[in-house]
Amino acid sequence: MSESITTASSELRADLALVAELIPRGSRVLDLGCGRASLLRHLIDEKGCTGTGVDGDPERLVTAIARGVPTIQLDLDSELGEFSDDSYDVVVLSRTLQAIRRPANVLAEMGRIGTRCIVSMPNFGFWRNRVSVLFGRMPVSRQLPYTWHDSPNLRYTTLKDLEDFFAAAGYTVERRIGVTDAGVPLPRGEVATNLRAGAAVYLLRRDRRRR
Amino acid sequence: MLTESGTTRLFTSDAPLTMSNGATLGPVDVAWERYGELAPDRSNVVFICHALTGDAHAAGLREGDTKPGWWDSIIGPGKPIDTDRFHVICANLLGGCRGTTGPASVDPATGESYGLTFPEIHVADYVNVHRALMKEFGIERLAAVVGGSMGGMQALHWGLRHPEELRSIAVIAASSRLTAQNIAFSAVARAAIMRDPGFHDGRYLELGDQPSMGLSIARMMAHITYLSEEGMAEKFGRRFQEGDAKHGFGVDFAVESYLEYQGRTFLNRFDALTYLYLTRSMDYFDPFADADAAHMMAELQIPALVVSFDSDWRFDTGHSRRIVRELEQARVPVSFREISCPWGHDSFLLSDPDYHATVRAFLQGVQYV
Repeated sequence: MSESITTASSELRADLALVAELIPRGSRVLDLGCGRASLLRHLIDEKGCTGTGVDGDPERLVTAIARGVPTIQLDLDSELGEFSDDSYDVVVLSRTLQAIRRPANVLAEMGRIGTRCIVSMPNFGFWRNRVSVLFGRMPVSRQLPYTWHDSPNLRYTTLKDLEDFFAAAGYTVERRIGVTDAGVPLPRGEVATNLRAGAAVYLLRRDRRRR
Repeated sequence: MLTESGTTRLFTSDAPLTMSNGATLGPVDVAWERYGELAPDRSNVVFICHALTGDAHAAGLREGDTKPGWWDSIIGPGKPIDTDRFHVICANLLGGCRGTTGPASVDPATGESYGLTFPEIHVADYVNVHRALMKEFGIERLAAVVGGSMGGMQALHWGLRHPEELRSIAVIAASSRLTAQNIAFSAVARAAIMRDPGFHDGRYLELGDQPSMGLSIARMMAHITYLSEEGMAEKFGRRFQEGDAKHGFGVDFAVESYLEYQGRTFLNRFDALTYLYLTRSMDYFDPFADADAAHMMAELQIPALVVSFDSDWRFDTGHSRRIVRELEQARVPVSFREISCPWGHDSFLLSDPDYHATVRAFLQGVQYV
């Protein structure tokens, strides 16, 4: 077990390695915004998972398919209805929510499709971003690497606002792992996550009473 | 490219083929072509299923020909279906008129061509004949079965019903169930053929006649459905064939000349009875009517690639999405691409880079499975 996690961190981008650790062995995983399917390839090889990647970019889709990962081209904003209720154990939305037009809709669809959801998101409330804005500049950091006019990101949020959004969408946060701007996990019980984390990974459980 | 071609008798009058509707048929000869080297363990075979008007000659340029095989764009050395890596086999369909037994063949019981006494053909029958051919060749498991349009239907059927015989399927610009509009187009095509005075209830071969007008009109109409409006506008626009308008009711616009040409040349290579039987087999194809259709494929985790083209209105993306939905919900590992390409249904025969990269990637990815 520890071995596979070592492999994970050596092969996977740090934030994806964190996501991978939250996914139980043998899960059926839907990865929305799967990119080149590094996470799914890892989960299939190392954790006996099955699953499907979803992306919209032709070049990324071709790479994912070449890696032997089942990958479906569709639009996250309008076509998640293609997946049936409760058909996956885990639905992952990694660094994608900020680039979506209707995030509340996507979050609701994730809860419909999967039992558990994992969402990772860059934190606009990271202290260095705040300092940047204080000095009159939009932040450019490792987690938010784009200039304002050239960014695929449509939305910026602090972790506090994001958590309110999760609650309103009917999710309970089971775990939150803050990572530094360099992608290193903050210690558990860190008090000032919203200030210290460049990004965070959330494990969410759908609140069944709301359905 | 190493090429071999031939015709093999797979069934005889004594040991006939039993068809889906219970009828028996024999002899059955199948025309085939093979490209590239067969691996010693025979694990590198890709079977190509052809569409309505295709044949076994999928790739390469035969001596004396001006045009290469119908899918030469994608099959060959270094191409997405790479004959340096794969041994590629294509065969003419049962019911075909390009070397494989069909309704124009002679029925040994009567000494005359079958005509309309040829048994009804289902997609399953095409696949069963090709399975018999693979058995004859000693190939137990195909690396991939690949098909476009009606060929995609065969690939899908093969994967769903006999997943233990293959390692992957690619279903391109295909459908798992025709819509009323699709059936309507085929119905008009068949009406044009059957109402041609040259049809003679399907006995035209004995009478030395042919429903030429009907068959060419069927082909002309089908060609409209193979191209997109945008593609036609780009290819022909409102150009006149001879520079300026001649008026009258003859061929004047460039698009008319194109259709006329397509209708005429089709007569040299295609049989009207084959057109009837093959289009009819598509109308009834509906594998997911069985709710459990994909369970064997899911159990064996056989990967599928489904591809559609955004300008295809003959089998639009909705058709492919339905296949993807059915496979995904049954937990078959399925990949899907909608390729942006202006050339309508015919796009699957052309060399769009994104499309070709996808097919290449899928055949690469299969090695992980």
